[in-house]
Amino acid sequence: MNENQTTPAIEAIGVTKRFGPIVANENIDFRVEKGQVHALLGENGAGKSTLVNVLFGLYHADEGEIRIAGEKVEMNSPHDAIDRHIGMVHQHFQLVPVLSVTENIVLGHEPTKKRGILDLEKAYDEVEALGKRYGLEVDPRAIVEDLPIGTQQRVEILRSLYRKADVLILDEPTAVLTPQETDHLLEVLRDLAAEGVAIIFITHKLREVMAVADHVTVMRRGKVVGAIDPSETDQAGLAEMMVGRSVILRIAKGEAKAGAPVLTIDSLKALDDRAQTAVDGLSLAVHAGEIFGIAGVEGNGQRELVEAITGLRQTISGSIMLEDTELTGCSPREISEQGVAHVPEDREKHGLVGPHSVADNLVLNRYFKAPFARRAIRQTGAIKDEAQKLVDEYDVRTASINSPLRTLSGGNKQKVIAAREFSQNAKFLVAAQPTRGIDVGSIEFVHQQLVDQRDDGIAVLLVSAELDEIMSLSDRIGVIYQGRLVAIGNAEDFTRNQIGQLMASGSANA
Amino acid sequence: MSALTSLLYQRRWWIFTVVAIIGFTLFTGEFKEAQTTAILASTLRQSTPLLLGALCGMLGERSGVINIGIEGQMLMSAFTGFMVAAETQSLLLGVLAGIATGMLMGASLAGLSVSLQGDQIIAGTVLNIAALGVTSFFFQQGYTLPGKTPMVDLWFLSDIPVLGRVFFSNRPITYLSLLLVPTVWYALFRTTWGLRTRAVGEHPSAAETVGISVAKMRYLNLILAGAIAGLAGAYLSLEAVGSFERNMTNGKGFVALAVMIFGRWNPVGAWGAALLFGYTNAIQTQFQFRGWFTDHPQFVGMIPFVVTIIVLAGVVGRARPPAAIGQPYSRE
Repeated sequence: MNENQTTPAIEAIGVTKRFGPIVANENIDFRVEKGQVHALLGENGAGKSTLVNVLFGLYHADEGEIRIAGEKVEMNSPHDAIDRHIGMVHQHFQLVPVLSVTENIVLGHEPTKKRGILDLEKAYDEVEALGKRYGLEVDPRAIVEDLPIGTQQRVEILRSLYRKADVLILDEPTAVLTPQETDHLLEVLRDLAAEGVAIIFITHKLREVMAVADHVTVMRRGKVVGAIDPSETDQAGLAEMMVGRSVILRIAKGEAKAGAPVLTIDSLKALDDRAQTAVDGLSLAVHAGEIFGIAGVEGNGQRELVEAITGLRQTISGSIMLEDTELTGCSPREISEQGVAHVPEDREKHGLVGPHSVADNLVLNRYFKAPFARRAIRQTGAIKDEAQKLVDEYDVRTASINSPLRTLSGGNKQKVIAAREFSQNAKFLVAAQPTRGIDVGSIEFVHQQLVDQRDDGIAVLLVSAELDEIMSLSDRIGVIYQGRLVAIGNAEDFTRNQIGQLMASGSANA
Repeated sequence: MSALTSLLYQRRWWIFTVVAIIGFTLFTGEFKEAQTTAILASTLRQSTPLLLGALCGMLGERSGVINIGIEGQMLMSAFTGFMVAAETQSLLLGVLAGIATGMLMGASLAGLSVSLQGDQIIAGTVLNIAALGVTSFFFQQGYTLPGKTPMVDLWFLSDIPVLGRVFFSNRPITYLSLLLVPTVWYALFRTTWGLRTRAVGEHPSAAETVGISVAKMRYLNLILAGAIAGLAGAYLSLEAVGSFERNMTNGKGFVALAVMIFGRWNPVGAWGAALLFGYTNAIQTQFQFRGWFTDHPQFVGMIPFVVTIIVLAGVVGRARPPAAIGQPYSRE
């Protein structure tokens, strides 16, 4: 934004970082000016996180140098970075859940009375004052695990500011936020930039780049492929730079041909892990050949709803009918055998077995049936044939079908689940956060698959925290708030703002 | 319901338990001062190694390392403490040798589980097996101590009937262990070291990103914990028994882990739990004096283990251990 003569707040020159044979960053040049919001854009696995981890001292670059305020620095740990006033808000919050807000913020730089005795009263005051100053108010004594995600993120930002960060790195900060929270965050970032903080904003959401960034650096396969001002391009242009080919940002889909109701939920109640009511008398019907999207801030009962449908959680009352069969009380396998396919929210935990081979994961929902098993003996030949067929059909990028599944990227893991679940001839498909943490190319693929499933006459229930995803894929939308659907309607009857409002407050006029 | 009655109601099982224990103690002590004092004093004696062992386990687990090698640390320390004291005829040097041995064992546990990222359960088992083997191999009869650590009466406090006799007429390591309860509590919850320890045990990568070295904290904690286990070993050979015997820890290191869990990883809770376990041991002796169950002594001998099972299976239920225990931590 400024003339190029100014000293950048932070600069990477010729940085290369290898992990064994894989080059995660290759000869990266990257500079961020003071007072600039600098977006770092790229698909998953493009090397964005590696680059900022090098800047933050978590990784040590194999080649190249880092300059902070024009001075060459050697950083061996986050401690060095923090000492040089670099702050980072991680994608997976680096907060200790059982500690208080203040304890988390001061951790590592604690105010003390003398010789290691904590001065918590002083810390509470400092945190409170800091929150007021930057418009990031939080209760300094609250325990972090009791706070909503958006507030936890404030704690993360405050922690960096507490250390007087001149450079603030945010790794995919909006992934977990509602549209309103996102808008507020973007405002806070602009304010911080106005105070002279250099902000590195990692994202793959093009809309946010256009909204907030002064400058964008685009990475692909470990290299910088371009640096540009957002005003000089548009979303399609950025997407093309990021993926290396033109991408369909909005899935083209025809009119839904909705048929009879396939899944009918009536007055369903279920508890969460802490025995609090999570699903509170929820009713809905998903018809054949439609995508029913559930929008909502995370933690409003979506997870429990999906787990209740798939048999992973006991219900308290109410019914879940798949056509004429009652599903409550059935085991997950019985439900799967009835024709329910499930793309789980946490694919590592509920969808896949990391140490097992790609092939075994591809038959995880039918390994016990012919032709994959005969009288309890696994038929490796049949399993391999099926796995190879699915890998080809769904374009899963893996070294071989015998590789351990955990070696795959997030997008390819999701493709494994999609291949398995979509190929089982289900009547009903529930997809929870199906594109979380996967790259744009894979998102495009998963979206297309969901629409194809719909067009094949399958009833699809889509649960997602990404409002854009809900809006572009769903035929009908239900907004979930505190365990109930507070609004149900055709997708075209809602505006983005209305849904955001409903998600945040449960009513359209807050 | 008023606040007091509702509090009493909430704590009804605790109150019931305490009243039952007091009643039972008086009953087994035949309502006589000398015998009641004896039961309680024995409770405290029996609880001391459990308390120290539990504090050792706690420092480790609060920083994220499960230590099932407490048994081995105690046994080895009891051995070296005894041998050094017997050779030099100095109990103080013996105790210091015990502590140093515990610290060395702690450091080797850290080496195996932190630096080499080995399985923590296996690392702890290694310590146990090594300690049992080494002490059995090198121990020879014929060494004698200059005595046990001396009894110290604390001024007039030791003249108070029953409780004064129980708490203020003890030997040095017992006093030290009682002092360690508030000390460790204060250190865990009121100092930067404690805050960092808890952070490392709950979410090591969070601690690392704010510049705390997980490896350093775990080494430090395991070595400090080793010192406490060493003290427990020295207590056994130099304060409680006055000699060394093969496998003289006899499972106390494992019971100490149960004590730590029952005490919910809190020093004060662990002290209460240690007293309960000590009590189950102490009343056994009293059963013998009273001639109860003499035909079937094995049932009396079972009491501590039955209590352990009931406590761990039932009462503890909701205790939440530090989130990161058992997992080796690596940065990349």
